[in-house]
Amino acid sequence: MQKAVYIQEASLITPLGFSISENVSAIEKEQSGIQEQHCTDILDSPFYAAMIASEQIDAAFDKLGDPSKFMKLEKMMLLSVAETLEKSNLHISEKTALIIATTKGSIDALDPDNSFTKERAYLPVLGKKIQSFFGFKQEPIVVSNACVSGILAVAVAKRLIQSNVYENAVVVAGDLVSKFTVTGFNTFQALSDGPCKPYSKYRNGISIGEAAASVVISSEKNKTTAIQVVGDGSCNDANHISGPSRTGEGLLKSVQSAMQEAKVSANNIDLISAHGTATIYNDEMEAIAFNRTNLQNIPLHSLKGYYGHTLGASGLVEAIVGFEAMKQNKLFTSLGYEESGISKPLNIIQKLEKRTVNTFLKTASGFGGSNAAVLFKKISIEQ
Amino acid sequence: MQNGTVVCNGKEIVSVENEQTFSAFAKQVYKDQHWEYPKFFKMDRLSKLTFLTAELLINSVTISSEEKESLAVVFSNKSASLDTDRKYQDSINSIENFYPSPAVFVYTLPNIGMGEVCIRHKIQGENAFFVFDDFNPLFLKQYAESLTQNNKARQVLCGWTEIDEKGYNSFLYLASPNGTLPHTEETIIKLYTQS
Repeated sequence: MQKAVYIQEASLITPLGFSISENVSAIEKEQSGIQEQHCTDILDSPFYAAMIASEQIDAAFDKLGDPSKFMKLEKMMLLSVAETLEKSNLHISEKTALIIATTKGSIDALDPDNSFTKERAYLPVLGKKIQSFFGFKQEPIVVSNACVSGILAVAVAKRLIQSNVYENAVVVAGDLVSKFTVTGFNTFQALSDGPCKPYSKYRNGISIGEAAASVVISSEKNKTTAIQVVGDGSCNDANHISGPSRTGEGLLKSVQSAMQEAKVSANNIDLISAHGTATIYNDEMEAIAFNRTNLQNIPLHSLKGYYGHTLGASGLVEAIVGFEAMKQNKLFTSLGYEESGISKPLNIIQKLEKRTVNTFLKTASGFGGSNAAVLFKKISIEQ
Repeated sequence: MQNGTVVCNGKEIVSVENEQTFSAFAKQVYKDQHWEYPKFFKMDRLSKLTFLTAELLINSVTISSEEKESLAVVFSNKSASLDTDRKYQDSINSIENFYPSPAVFVYTLPNIGMGEVCIRHKIQGENAFFVFDDFNPLFLKQYAESLTQNNKARQVLCGWTEIDEKGYNSFLYLASPNGTLPHTEETIIKLYTQS
């Protein structure tokens, strides 16, 4: 029997707000952070993305330090960790891990117009900034595993706590909307010509987003919340480096691995927060994988319609919204969904609903054939 | 693999002039082994390094296709995919000379080489790519053990594949219940420094 591992406090820094309550309130009102952007320093034509104004970050960061000394992503991650630490009263010890999830880190440091040194693009440099800012004792563990990074980092924390390497962990995830990623997805012709529409018939690609999120994961229960990390899996498709598997093999294996470990069957799951990027192939792959695991009737949403695709941050950002769904017993709408555009049925949430959410599945898939699934369970709190 | 030398299980199997570029060296290793995998030539430098090292290791051990299917892969390095990130960045720096390519962009993630290895051997087990300032044998041991303790894998392909402006070095090992050496930090360091 493995040791129980719990989610304690969390925080979100996103275009929908810098607090969890602002984020949830916007989602309940079906407000999207995706807007038409006219940033010629990123792309010469207008594009749709969910971005946070630098001025807004600097204003919030002022209480932590001098905004001119840090890069945008560093500030977003520091703001998030500062809030999570403040709420959790976590004592940072030798047995506290710092786990950082990102795909591209401060990739904007490579841009010749950027005033920071190019060294800042190295992920260990980003890690050290966060480590020294808060006085973490251990070297940061950076997870950079494409778009599954954020949720994989939760599994990594759980596994290392269960094998007694650490007692607790701060997991922080973040990625930016940058010229690098926007032009890159544009060359793939993967950018949507409006706010993205996951699982819809007329979906035509992703909207990129930026966000940071963090969470404390611990072998100790929190007084107010009790969400346990009960199972995980992260399996490769072994099919193609940029195209999702046609059979959903890696996602299927990841979900099965998480369910077996948690001893949870398909009809015990109350909510799935899927990846749902709104590319033709990703959404279709997920529909196949969820049907193969008999999860086609479980209420499911993609939150990409609110946040865009926040790359390495997405798994953690969306899991944190899922924790709120568990605490408040609410099914949040899958924004942007219209007529079904997938070949197998899924139970996509079309309007906000009050419903008991005790068991929650978060999944993600990404380049390199990567997939990840983590199962969370709400446990009763003794009063 | 480093500085024009390939060592496998303590035996030097390729050694070339140090001045040779990585690309020329990688091509020579590939040709020497008489492999036929044309996709190799499409890969970026980090993926080539990862692929060649994994290929040499996997070919040197007895492992069935069933065992490969559930094999876990845990790789790490310092520079993530910055080697290719710089190449991509150069293609978008100026409007006058703007030539971004999806074939380059797809390799701007460190786990792509790991994906190439998985495709080659139909490996559908646990996957994770980590970034550290330096080679981190203790972490590799701890994470690989957490996978076996959680019944996520029986065998784990672990290691370090690093390429940057200053050079390249890669070191992979297979952790398995069929192994002959204890999976300790000391053993990993010893193997790493020998090779």
